[in-house]
Amino acid sequence: MSNDKQPHSAQTTGHAWDGDIQEFNNPLPRWWLWGFYATVVFAIVYWILYPAWPIGKTYTKGMFNNIEYTTAQGQHVVTHWNTRAVYEREMQFARQQQAGILKTLDQSSFDDIVKDPQKLGFAKSMAKVLFADNCQACHQAGGAGIVGRYPNLADDDWLWGGSFAQIENTIREGHTGMMPSFKTRLSRAQINAVSEYVLSLSGQASDTDLVKQGQAIFEGEGGCVACHTKAGTGNIAMGSANLTDQIWTIAKVASAKNPQEKRAAVYSVVENGVTRTMPTWKDRLSPTEIKVLALYVHELGGGK
Amino acid sequence: MTSASIIQTPIIPRSVRGHYRTIKYLILFFAYGIYFSLPWLPWQRAHGPNQAILFDIINRKFYIFDLVVYAQDIFWLAGFLIIAALLLFFVTGIAGRVFCGYFCFQTLWTDVFLLIEQWVQGERNARIKLACGPWGLTKFFKLSLTWVLWLGVAWLTGFSFVLYWGEAPRLFVDFFHGAAPFPAYATTVFLTTSTFVMAGLAREQVCTYMCPYARFQSAMVDQHTVVVAYDSIRGEGARGRHKPDKNFLTREQREQKGHGDCIDCGYCVQVCPAGIDIRNGLQYQCISCALCIDACNSIMSATGFPRGLIRYSAQQPTRTPAWRRPKTVGYGAVLSLASAWLIWSISTRTPVELQLEQIRQPLFVVLADGRVQNHYTLKVNNKTALAASYRIDLQGMNADWEARPQRDVRLGPEQSVLVDVLVRMPAEHPVTGRQEFTMTITGEGQLQDVMKHHTVNFFWPGGG
Repeated sequence: MSNDKQPHSAQTTGHAWDGDIQEFNNPLPRWWLWGFYATVVFAIVYWILYPAWPIGKTYTKGMFNNIEYTTAQGQHVVTHWNTRAVYEREMQFARQQQAGILKTLDQSSFDDIVKDPQKLGFAKSMAKVLFADNCQACHQAGGAGIVGRYPNLADDDWLWGGSFAQIENTIREGHTGMMPSFKTRLSRAQINAVSEYVLSLSGQASDTDLVKQGQAIFEGEGGCVACHTKAGTGNIAMGSANLTDQIWTIAKVASAKNPQEKRAAVYSVVENGVTRTMPTWKDRLSPTEIKVLALYVHELGGGK
Repeated sequence: MTSASIIQTPIIPRSVRGHYRTIKYLILFFAYGIYFSLPWLPWQRAHGPNQAILFDIINRKFYIFDLVVYAQDIFWLAGFLIIAALLLFFVTGIAGRVFCGYFCFQTLWTDVFLLIEQWVQGERNARIKLACGPWGLTKFFKLSLTWVLWLGVAWLTGFSFVLYWGEAPRLFVDFFHGAAPFPAYATTVFLTTSTFVMAGLAREQVCTYMCPYARFQSAMVDQHTVVVAYDSIRGEGARGRHKPDKNFLTREQREQKGHGDCIDCGYCVQVCPAGIDIRNGLQYQCISCALCIDACNSIMSATGFPRGLIRYSAQQPTRTPAWRRPKTVGYGAVLSLASAWLIWSISTRTPVELQLEQIRQPLFVVLADGRVQNHYTLKVNNKTALAASYRIDLQGMNADWEARPQRDVRLGPEQSVLVDVLVRMPAEHPVTGRQEFTMTITGEGQLQDVMKHHTVNFFWPGGG
């Protein structure tokens, strides 16, 4: 550092041209120069210790920098320092940190977890991420679903059952729900009548004559009772919908503006049938992950 | 490098005794006593660590005696910093750089490092001789010992800082077993290095070149601010200062010849840790440490002249007392306001924190029986050291509702829970498609005075 009190006498390089033309010398501050040398030394040390120089298709790996970690698959790896290995090691550490609570969740019953704020809190936070990664693409954020495609998970109507165990089973094993097409088996008039009868089950019919005709077909020629039962309450063993409640997961009855539109909505489903598949997750998620997901779905607001 | 670079000779201040030096040592003693012993002070709590001061980063809880500060209370830190800044402005406006000279840790630690240096190497003359002299065994030994002692103090400084962030006795043991967390070692190394460099090597250069406070404090100083100043009229007389030679011993003799009271002994310059000559007037390097006052007073006493040739005085004294000037009143008013707010905020803090959030994805759900359900989550955070229970109620709506796990929220000390509140209403709804209602959370038992209201909306399909 320069001293303010000493007058800055002009320093020159000592060269002279044409007799009197001189060159000023303004040396770099010493601290700056030493800082620069320090960075040079740092760089050399860095080259020795860390991966640095590319050589053809390979590169210098650095010395004394081995990293050991075990992958999620149980593979033990020893490698030179690199950010991927650092990441893997951190993930291993996180797995170790979570092991305790995960084991507790494994061993606890659903009822125990729901009653314990600590366990429930952890399970929900964990499941929220899992849900976003695996389920949200179809079932939407918060399990809102899409009418006509993916069922709403936040309501209290369950095609395959809404208890903890049933939800867990649905996620683990997956399901295929199939409503056949009645296009060839029933005439248009018959489908129309059945549709009106189906609406009457939830108190939304407008034509009583049509309802009577429809009931006959529903219980007789159509064979609807085989899956939907005589009362129309459905059967969770085969995922057939409960037709007596106000929830329509396929027919767009809720958004229909008049009785004709409502009937048309049901008509379309009876005529064309529906096949929907919930994939199986047991190969992709661990039992613990499936358990917390089932818990999360149950707690979305409609669990039984 | 050529010989071109100008080498700054280190400032080696001489020791001095006096009024201000005593005050400064008392402050130093007090500050060190607090800083080094506070982490070890035990404290009884119903819940939490039995350490008076503990900044628990992992659990985001800051224990300060009986006050537990949560991460959400971080604005108190902002308030505290604002108060500290205003206090600096307030004091600087009245009496200049008091903070720099008496309280700044740079000054305190430099003082301690100077004491060590003096204890090992001797008084100023001996140190200069040693610094300029050739390298030998004595010089090597004395310099090494100084550095080792400096390092010791620096390490103690860094380590003590770390102790505030963990349970001190355990951290102390862990530290020497290599079992302490990495940040503890990193922080200790960093603070040891910085303390050593700043207090041992850089010293006044920190104040002169690095410190931003040193620079912007000049904005608060004006003509009426009391600063450390040399009375040049009295000191110089008509013909300047003069050494106390044979014919210049008494004040009468000097006055006759037109010379002032300054005997040009240079003591004030030798004691200055910033290396300036106060007789040149107010300078930006001056940290207002007042040691030159002590130096000059001791000389004045020895010569029999009146003390106070260098003293605290304003460049342009006024009859208005400092505290009545508009600037001081302004700083003071804002300072009181900020302090009052902080005290009010801390003393009226509620023992519970509640956050009510409506689930918006989906905003509503139609149930099997046609009713509509809205879903809310309530986060209850118990800030007390005792178990607490709260009751949730709904008002302004005749709804069927459920709280999971239950309507009575029970929490352990310093615990927080999430409660799911499900509200169900018939499909018939107002034209707007929504209705306001109030959710009330009432404390039970000792907390029955605590009551919080939240206004919430219930939404129906097709409304909004």
